Amino acid sequence: MTQQTTPDILLEGLTIGYGEHAVVSNIDATLPGGKISVILGGSGCGKSTLLKHILKLHPALSGRIVIGGHDLAKLDRRGMHCLRQRMGVLFQDGALLGSLTLGDNVALPLREHTRLSEKDVHERVLAKLGLVGLADFHDYFPNELSGGMRKRAGLARAMVMDPPLLFCDEPTSGLDPVTAAELDQLLLELKRRSDMTLVVVSHDLDSMRTIADHVLVLGDARVLFQGSLAELEATQDEYLRRFLDRQAAERTTPRLTMPPLDFKLMKRDCSGYLDEEQ
Amino acid sequence: MIQGTRRAHLSPIAQLGDSALRLVGDMGAMFLFLLESFGRIFRSWGQFAKTVRQIYFIGVKSVSVITLISLFTGMVIGLQMYYALAKFGADGFLGSAVALSLVRELGPVLTAIMITGRAGSSMTAEIGVMRISEQVDALRVMDINPIGYLVSPKLAASIICFPILTAFFDLVGILGGYLTGVLLLGGNSGVYWYRVSAYLKMNDITGGFIKSLVFGVVVCTVCCYMGYYTHLRRDAVGPEGVSQATTAGVVTSCVLILLADYVLTSILF
Repeated sequence: MTQQTTPDILLEGLTIGYGEHAVVSNIDATLPGGKISVILGGSGCGKSTLLKHILKLHPALSGRIVIGGHDLAKLDRRGMHCLRQRMGVLFQDGALLGSLTLGDNVALPLREHTRLSEKDVHERVLAKLGLVGLADFHDYFPNELSGGMRKRAGLARAMVMDPPLLFCDEPTSGLDPVTAAELDQLLLELKRRSDMTLVVVSHDLDSMRTIADHVLVLGDARVLFQGSLAELEATQDEYLRRFLDRQAAERTTPRLTMPPLDFKLMKRDCSGYLDEEQ
Repeated sequence: MIQGTRRAHLSPIAQLGDSALRLVGDMGAMFLFLLESFGRIFRSWGQFAKTVRQIYFIGVKSVSVITLISLFTGMVIGLQMYYALAKFGADGFLGSAVALSLVRELGPVLTAIMITGRAGSSMTAEIGVMRISEQVDALRVMDINPIGYLVSPKLAASIICFPILTAFFDLVGILGGYLTGVLLLGGNSGVYWYRVSAYLKMNDITGGFIKSLVFGVVVCTVCCYMGYYTHLRRDAVGPEGVSQATTAGVVTSCVLILLADYVLTSILF
């Protein structure tokens, strides 16, 4: 398999889902190489499902996924092996192995796939952990860290093999604004320095506006938009405008009409219990 | 209407057929799972370190519980057998009765059931939690075969640990029989040990070891399989799915141990 430095990802007539249930149908899109593509959409629209199909964790119901000119469905075991070694993936919650320390988690792909000495592995691990600001947490276990730290450690593990393809599933969700902005800057720096192809699944508009070169918007079980960030910002599509301007949709659910629940209806009556001492 | 009535009559049979098909499908999938796990034991030197860690977890950490269970099992057998044999004036055969029942049957079976409860359940829970928290997916995208990484070292460790722990169970159990039959009830010490060595044949010991090997493979395969496919369970999802998988793993292992014990006893002895 020939290596392409910045592979394109082509999705042709792709229908994704679980079992026989289609989540998104007929996706025709190109995620360009060497750029940051953001897959955007509301909760439950199939963003993470699409990512899992691109990673071949689930088989597509129909259509083709082509990465760097290679059709995933036609790749044999060796081809898939070579492709996966050129991919880094940051999962939503980091997906660090709970029984390994942070250092061992980041070192895992190096130990499994390279002939590097332990000294070299250690150096590389420290460098990647340093990049995400976790060099001092080398010997910590994942359960001793906060959610944001686990996510950053997951990013260090995804980057440790210096892959030309990096996939991130909601990298900024659950992070404070400062850490989220730092992570965005890190992704931009990665792209600038290593000419990577990045695919980021997100519903964070600020983050999208900071990092995206190319945007794919999912919704209503189909692709609603694909194009550059500038094209997206200029769109006049009603749904997309509401999404981008963070406007609530017109209410279809009933208004609050019921009175608040009376304390006296509680099985254990707490009325007056925490009132000021009389 | 007729069609509906016929369907209603056929429904329990159809359900039975569906269950039978699922059972056969599961058994086939479990066998393939075992073959893949076994094949990946010898893939790389990296497996050696993981296997050693699993030997510590499955084997070394089970020693205390096996010691307790085997000692009391031997003591109870010694106590019961002594009274039964004494009625016929055959209390001198206590050593052979204790040794044979332990080495041929109770040793392999009780050891396997104890390890299922202690290590098998944690194998299912560990792999199940990894499955629902995307850790198994993470291994796949890092091009690390999850079965090779998670299951093969456990299988290798089970194949090594089960026979050794069974031998340990047998030894301590025979000692337990000695404690009650000889030290407590006043049987003859020399006769006890003589009967143990005279009546215990190599065939009995080999049979016990073969049983423990088979039990080791069964327990590890069933428990790891249940954990690995936690996400496909129909009865529950998420953490509840893991707990259901753990229960299913332990119960299925125990049933299969007793079933395999009957089959192996028929063949071996």
